[in-house]
Amino acid sequence: MIDVSIQKSLKVYHGKKTLQVSHRFETGTITKIYGPSGAGKTTLLKIIAGLVQPEKGNISAGGEVWLDTDNSINLSPQKRMPGFVFQDYALFPNMTVMQHLKYATDDVAWIDRLLKFGKLETLTDHKPEHLSGGQQQRLAILRALAIKPKIVLMDEPFSALDPHRKTEIITGLIKIFQDLKATVLIVSHNPSELAGLATEELLITE
Amino acid sequence: MDLSPIWLTLKLAAITTLLLFMLGLPVAWWLSKGRSFFKTFIEAIITMPLVLPPSVLGFYLLLAFSPQRGLGKWLQDNFDIQFVFSFKGLVLASFIYSMPFMIGPIKSALEQLPRSLAQASYTLGKTQWQTFKSVLLPNITPSLLTALVLTFAHTLGEFGVVLMIGGNIPNVTRVASIAVYDSVERMDYDAANQYSLILFAITFVMVIGVFIFNKYQAKSPLE
Repeated sequence: MIDVSIQKSLKVYHGKKTLQVSHRFETGTITKIYGPSGAGKTTLLKIIAGLVQPEKGNISAGGEVWLDTDNSINLSPQKRMPGFVFQDYALFPNMTVMQHLKYATDDVAWIDRLLKFGKLETLTDHKPEHLSGGQQQRLAILRALAIKPKIVLMDEPFSALDPHRKTEIITGLIKIFQDLKATVLIVSHNPSELAGLATEELLITE
Repeated sequence: MDLSPIWLTLKLAAITTLLLFMLGLPVAWWLSKGRSFFKTFIEAIITMPLVLPPSVLGFYLLLAFSPQRGLGKWLQDNFDIQFVFSFKGLVLASFIYSMPFMIGPIKSALEQLPRSLAQASYTLGKTQWQTFKSVLLPNITPSLLTALVLTFAHTLGEFGVVLMIGGNIPNVTRVASIAVYDSVERMDYDAANQYSLILFAITFVMVIGVFIFNKYQAKSPLE
């Protein structure tokens, strides 16, 4: 379970606006986060991951306090260790597919399972520059899952996948999320995209 | 032809480049992470040798490290270290004078990497050092090479600052650029020509080597 109550000032074209979110994400749920561009969906994920600090707020996950601005508690991303899929993939140009996964985990059996799930087992020695957009996005998903996270934060994770591949990936993800007992937050600009995957939804308004 | 100025120059450039690499990496990394007034101040200090006449820098170093006063006297009295008219002084002067050539390219390269690269590494539980070593550093290799070569080549060509603090002592502070000047003063154009040609050849080969290496480096998909 993740309890989030945060307030963060965002810079926008015409000045400033405030992102304010109070929500409880129950354990094992998959929540679709949607809303207009610039509403702060990505910022919310980064705040939960510890990559961005809000002016005010509390975040607790699994009974552990991650953020409490009143008491100056702010756990680093390294201690929170969410599985994070970045919108720009954030793949490491110097690493091959296998090196990405080995950088995240030593569990060889888990790596094999992920590679099969992502259909990247024949591309293990390829660097990101030699992968297609869809393959890069799948690698970003696999890397995030490699650490067996209890909390998964995904920012537009299916935007580069063709419809067929998307269905395959979503089916596989549901099983993996269940095995990990993960709480999942997925940002998507397309509300219908996550049909069959998301069990909850959260609208972020401007 | 006396080759000692050439060897001395190469030794000076190698030591300066090594020392600056060890200091420049962490400083460039620190400067690339966010902005503050203090960082801007430090960056301005580091950049000063780019715009300051070398003789001005050399003059201040000469004043600061003169064994007759202040810091120079204290170093001489307590540690028996003398920077003025010694090879150590040349290293110190070159270190300061070439600092922007090492730190500038590395800092710019680190700043141009997407922030999400380091962030992705942090969410995998990796420390800042692990992230720097395994993710950031390998992805700025061309800039690292450029910084190393620029620093080395720039040190080869130093004149004013080296002359001010080191003078012209054979086998101690008489580097190639000073040997050229000295030869011209003595109307020995042959020697001046030979020293100049060697310096030109070394720096040209290094610079063209960097251009070739960087040209054939695989482009990042992030570019």
